[in-house]
Amino acid sequence: MSAVMADEHHEEHPKGITRWLFTTNHKDIGTLYLFLALIMFFIGGFMALIIRAELFQPGLQVVEPQFFNSMTTMHALIMIFGVVMPAFTGLANWLIPMMVGATDMALPRMNNWSFWILPFAFTMLISTLLMDGGGPAGGWTLYPPLSLQTGTALPFVIFSIHLMGLSSIMGSINVIATILNMRAPGMTLMKMPLFVWTWLITAYLLIATMPVLAGAVTMLLTDKFFGTSFFNAAGGGDPVLFQHIFWFFGHPEVYVLILPAFGVISQIIPTFARKPLFGYSSMVYATASIAFLSFIVWAHHMFTVGMPLAGEMFFMFTTMLIAVPTGVKVFNWVATMWRGSMTFETPMLFAIGFIMMFTIGGFSGLMMAITPVDFQYHDTYFIVAHFHYVLVPGAIFSIIAAVYYWLPKWTGHMYNEKLGKLHFWLSTIFVNLTFFPMHFIGLAGMPRRIPDYSLQFVEFNQIATIGAFGFGFAQLLFLYIVLQTVRGGQKATDQVWEGAHGLEWTLASPPPYHSFTTPPEVK
Amino acid sequence: MKECKSRILAGLILALSTPLVWAEYELNLRQGVTDISHQVYDLHMMIFWICVIIGAGVFGVMFYAMFKHRKSKGHEAAQFHESTTVELVWTTVPFLILIGMAIPAAKTLIAMEDNSAADMTVKVTGYQWKWQYEYMDGDAKGVNFFSNMSTPRDQIENRAEKGENYLLEVDNPLVLPVGKKVRFLITANDVIHSWWVPDFAVKKDAIPGFINEIWTKIDEPGVYRGKCAELCGKDHGFMPVEVVALEEHKYLDWVAEQKAAGQVAAAEADKEWSKDDLIAKGEGVYNKNCASCHQPTGAGLPGVFPAITGSPIATGKIEDHINMVMNGKVGTAMQAFGAQLGDVDLAAVITYQRNALGNSVGDVATPQQIKTKR
Ligand code: HEC
Ligand SMILES: [Cu+2]
Repeated sequence: MSAVMADEHHEEHPKGITRWLFTTNHKDIGTLYLFLALIMFFIGGFMALIIRAELFQPGLQVVEPQFFNSMTTMHALIMIFGVVMPAFTGLANWLIPMMVGATDMALPRMNNWSFWILPFAFTMLISTLLMDGGGPAGGWTLYPPLSLQTGTALPFVIFSIHLMGLSSIMGSINVIATILNMRAPGMTLMKMPLFVWTWLITAYLLIATMPVLAGAVTMLLTDKFFGTSFFNAAGGGDPVLFQHIFWFFGHPEVYVLILPAFGVISQIIPTFARKPLFGYSSMVYATASIAFLSFIVWAHHMFTVGMPLAGEMFFMFTTMLIAVPTGVKVFNWVATMWRGSMTFETPMLFAIGFIMMFTIGGFSGLMMAITPVDFQYHDTYFIVAHFHYVLVPGAIFSIIAAVYYWLPKWTGHMYNEKLGKLHFWLSTIFVNLTFFPMHFIGLAGMPRRIPDYSLQFVEFNQIATIGAFGFGFAQLLFLYIVLQTVRGGQKATDQVWEGAHGLEWTLASPPPYHSFTTPPEVK
Repeated sequence: MKECKSRILAGLILALSTPLVWAEYELNLRQGVTDISHQVYDLHMMIFWICVIIGAGVFGVMFYAMFKHRKSKGHEAAQFHESTTVELVWTTVPFLILIGMAIPAAKTLIAMEDNSAADMTVKVTGYQWKWQYEYMDGDAKGVNFFSNMSTPRDQIENRAEKGENYLLEVDNPLVLPVGKKVRFLITANDVIHSWWVPDFAVKKDAIPGFINEIWTKIDEPGVYRGKCAELCGKDHGFMPVEVVALEEHKYLDWVAEQKAAGQVAAAEADKEWSKDDLIAKGEGVYNKNCASCHQPTGAGLPGVFPAITGSPIATGKIEDHINMVMNGKVGTAMQAFGAQLGDVDLAAVITYQRNALGNSVGDVATPQQIKTKR
């Protein structure tokens, strides 16, 4: 009896805006993260369309070069820190407690804070566009000395990066504390769903690398305002030092953006193949080895800075090595599909799209690992094609797949399957139209980050621009589908998908406010 | 729907693998004109085909499963989910393939980094937004000039038809002899740039305060065009590289011409310059060297580059003005032009800034005055 009363007490929570402001509930916070990511996705996407509009034709038409540069810079910062990372943190918030059989995250108040920092950080970042001298225009990598030529915006950009880092570190501590302490009895580490595993490893990557980024940008700040010369050769410093520090953060960061995606795909493929994941333990080991390798490959982003031969060799070999565990993952997914009993609902379509197009991005990554050839690829559109393949039909597709997959669980409603499929086909066609031609213009010699280009690149740039606008508008359909599902729709069952396994599917749809008030028993 | 997609895909792959199409639209890496660039091209193609073969295998299996092992065809799911043997195979085989790729790659890399036994050396310095070339030794020792993009503003701003080498042409190209091993020393004056000529497979960052080395040996005479590859600010897209490779004897003719031109410039400095002459010359110097930042009108870009019109320095004491232009301002984009321009050009551009662009101070900076400040 007293247990029931306690439950009722728990169900009381403030309504209206204060519900969201003061919430310590993992589902509410997860929702906030996901909506923040969605809003930022449209802002960052709008910037991408400005870039593509300028590049539709040679010559300067739409924007000035300085503003163009601040668009490429802001687009990247927003998409990385404002879309992919918050979206994965939102998924972690929603799913990890339900997947490991906990009531909530381990540190609910910190959870609230780590979210609410972000809207302020991004408001500050975006407001720099209105400042004297415009927004940051030296690229998201902020290489000095160029980034030190930024106008009033510089300290604001740096402070907003500090805030984003703070938020990520707190979010990661929370994920680790939850996973290590709050698993249901019987759920050993090697029984955890892969999404939980990949997030555990991601959280460690974040804790290890975000302080490094914070250090690097702080050194920029002191170089600019406090007379230090960390990156100024005239004062005894070294501009390349910044690049080493930045990419020591930056390379693990790209795995922060993709490991949770691996987790999502590893949940979805078995469900729709109606067959257990092939090679669970090798998937865990592969994830861990990718994470380890990610710390010793950073200089492949900077082969052209003039490293000693031995350094170039080392980074070439370690980078090539990453192909091995990544290949293992792809092979395991395909083996999971092999002799399954597959159906192709929207989440499965996006997951298969992920496997194909992520692999294409992986192949171009392998090509770039070859140092002598990378001298040709470096800083061209070939690179732009590569990282958009792993980030858009890679990370973003996995997030969209995850939303379709768990949305019925979250809301209790099924989404519109017809529209979902339409969204998949439109996204897939346009994403390839946008990014595939970039391989060609990159190989043919078009540098990245330029507002104007020579005449041999015209056709493919036009195709890419058409693709980008198509892709952008297709995402409005996604927005519509999500809102429609939140507001109503056909009732979802608890299991939702015929082949779904795992603790989150044993809860009601939508799940109770506090996920598991009595820990389930895992056999 | 899926069948239709795979047919389109097949069509695409076919189209891409037809060499004719490749050539026409410049879809692929350039083979280039040096031994190294050929090696790089071959490596690129080798890895490309390895990726294509692996991709075809993996996707082939996946699509086969998607067509045959679907529920709508009544396929029952098997329940196998582990095999150590299989895992070992698909860890080891890729590893061996990688070793096969690493060996030729390492060989090419070693050859690229061998800067020894060069026939001549050229120092390349990146500026916002132009290149400087200095011949350090050999016949052309002492030849030294700047290379600015020569595509007119009118073409960029769509007021004139774009030429064939739009954004790929310069006023003074780098001239090199064929068949000689040329070593480049690459550095920068302000921010990081990257000197890139695709046809040589040479791309090296130009970093202020550091000197990078790279070399090339051009096989065929011709004009080879490239670009700055590292983001270096507003006009990063407008600092092309143009290299003209000449037969040895033509190269020597060019060297002789350069040396003669140098003597003419030295004579000009001693001549008496009238105010109007200086302003007229100054306009050209300004538009070539200063207008990218301070704008052709002198209005600048608020918050980034100050205006010259009404500037306290350009309308204040002439000593301060000369000092700013000759020595620049450390830590900003304002470079020390004393090292880049001759006495006459400096005197002209300073006189121009004081008496044009909306300013009318009235005084004149003379070449002699500049000389004493050196
Ligand atoms: C790469 C961009 C760039 C170029 C090219 C450039 N400048 Fe500047 N210039 C600047 C910046 C930035 C400042 C402001 C420095 C400071 O912070 O005081 C400046 C300041 C000046 C000033 C002082 C203006 C004032 O009121 O403070 C003068 C005069 C000037 N430049 C002349 C020239 C001349 C002459 C040239 C060409 C020979 C030139 N500049 C080329 C960026 C540039
Ligand atoms: Cu440059």
